[in-house]
Amino acid sequence: MHNPNNLLAGPADEPGRGLTSPLARRSFLRYSGAGLAIGGLWLAGCSKDDDTDVNPNGNFIDVGKDDTGILNYAYALEQLEAAFYTQVVGSFYTGATATEQAILKDIKDHEISHREFFKRAITSGRISDSLQPDFSNIDFTQRTTTSGKLGVLQAAMAFEDLGVAAYNGAGRFITNNDYLTLAGKIVSVEARHAALIRELIKTNSFVANDVVNLDTSTPNNLGGSPAVTGNLNGTGLERSKRPAAVLTTANTFLAAGSKLSATQYPA
Amino acid sequence: MDLFQIIDDIAKVDPETLDRFDSRRAAFRNFLGFGKKVTATALPLAVSTLFTKAYGQTAALPAAVVATLNLALQLEYLEYFYYDTALNSSGLNLTADERGAFEIIRNDELLHINILRTTLGSAAIAPLTRASFDYTTSQNLSRSPVAPLTALGGTTSPTTGPFTDKAVFLLAAQQFVDTGVRAYKGGAPSLNTSTTKDILEAALNIHSVEARHSSRIRSLRRGGVQSANAPKSWITPDETPNTPGLPNNGVANSPTTVGPYLAGLPVANFPAEDNITQATLNVQTIGTLVSGTAGAEAFDEPLNAETVKGIAKNFAANPTALFN
Repeated sequence: MHNPNNLLAGPADEPGRGLTSPLARRSFLRYSGAGLAIGGLWLAGCSKDDDTDVNPNGNFIDVGKDDTGILNYAYALEQLEAAFYTQVVGSFYTGATATEQAILKDIKDHEISHREFFKRAITSGRISDSLQPDFSNIDFTQRTTTSGKLGVLQAAMAFEDLGVAAYNGAGRFITNNDYLTLAGKIVSVEARHAALIRELIKTNSFVANDVVNLDTSTPNNLGGSPAVTGNLNGTGLERSKRPAAVLTTANTFLAAGSKLSATQYPA
Repeated sequence: MDLFQIIDDIAKVDPETLDRFDSRRAAFRNFLGFGKKVTATALPLAVSTLFTKAYGQTAALPAAVVATLNLALQLEYLEYFYYDTALNSSGLNLTADERGAFEIIRNDELLHINILRTTLGSAAIAPLTRASFDYTTSQNLSRSPVAPLTALGGTTSPTTGPFTDKAVFLLAAQQFVDTGVRAYKGGAPSLNTSTTKDILEAALNIHSVEARHSSRIRSLRRGGVQSANAPKSWITPDETPNTPGLPNNGVANSPTTVGPYLAGLPVANFPAEDNITQATLNVQTIGTLVSGTAGAEAFDEPLNAETVKGIAKNFAANPTALFN
């Protein structure tokens, strides 16, 4: 459709794919070689409008549209995270324990791995490789703060929770299931990060109500078995966010000229 | 795009499809009339609308979606009763922090059970019970259990017995939840149809919660978040060779030896968790990484449904009754 050379992608394959012997068909396509799989990825940017570097939105860089736009969106968030942890690891905050330093070094490597992956995988229509962060609202010398600025762990929590909500809320806009799977490979690692950072700040906050729906306004007495008793509420679902909402937050950490928009996806 | 081929394909697995369209003759006719004017680029939206009409809320979900969600539902039951049994096993001597964590996790699983049952409606499997599971792997005394796992229910009544060894409980908990993460990841593509995007998003929102659970359980296993012991909160590549495999219970399209960190089938699509190749790129070497294990850690891997079933049947009281 938008990408006729992409053997794996394409709406043409979509409506019936999950229904007619999905395993046999997809297995065949994937068995034809890992090279094919990457062929899809490499060609992702070959849509008819390579407009992702133009700036249709004032001072914002738009991530673009279709699957490429979502890949760009993920790439931008990974750039932001990698820049943050690189600065964290460059000079640790006061009182960082040996374990905290090891954790943050690991996470920095993971985010760099994600960033470098997207940088090479999006070969056409890719947004800037050098988005400029603005971390002026983060106090890199403090573990946590009550000053109004974010301490390092508070900022890390914000980035990780935001990343999980972003990947979860973008999955529905992905057409090519290879990209959906790749996003899934990354988001669960971000969720592991998020839960650990939250635990470093507060015990047993790994799935608290700000990130997972446990609202009392959503009573969960849906007739399941075992029956729900006591004050158990909500859906137990992560609070996914649409690209526009995510970028509103992300832009507070990006410098003028590097701020992002995602105008091609419904809010 | 060949619209008629697609409808034909769907009709092969869902004979009622044509009836659905027929019973919504007005919608279909509307579509055909409209189609004269639509351009090629508008066609996918029009098709999407047609399918929404055909598979409305009261209509059956696509078979592949039902299969994926019912497998997920069975895994949620497996986990729910596992944590619930632990919370009722005084011999585990859970600390306050551990108890708090597992109460949260158990409750999340119950919420997931409910949301899955609601989504599936009448297509949901019958509710399962504690007695549906035998966490010792003896399959209700019908075979020899994996030795240390007898601490997860005993050797006389393993489908009801309490757990007695915290380290074994925590290790199996980690492996259950990591298997669950891989199962949701592997199932996501089957939910990615134009009419089931909301279901896809809900499943993704369960997937990440399960990964958060894994992170927490791993920190409990190492003795708290500030401990420098293993395991890390993410899957390290050494776990793939160091975690003993399990039999696949004869499930077709799964490796003979299956495990939470081992490969599924086909291996190219469902590699083991120590994999460092993503879309032909070596993610360990493309960036400047300090840690020699970060590339494998940075990407979790999916499992195909059959391999998940092969693993899970080891913990069914009756392996022919569950995870089919």
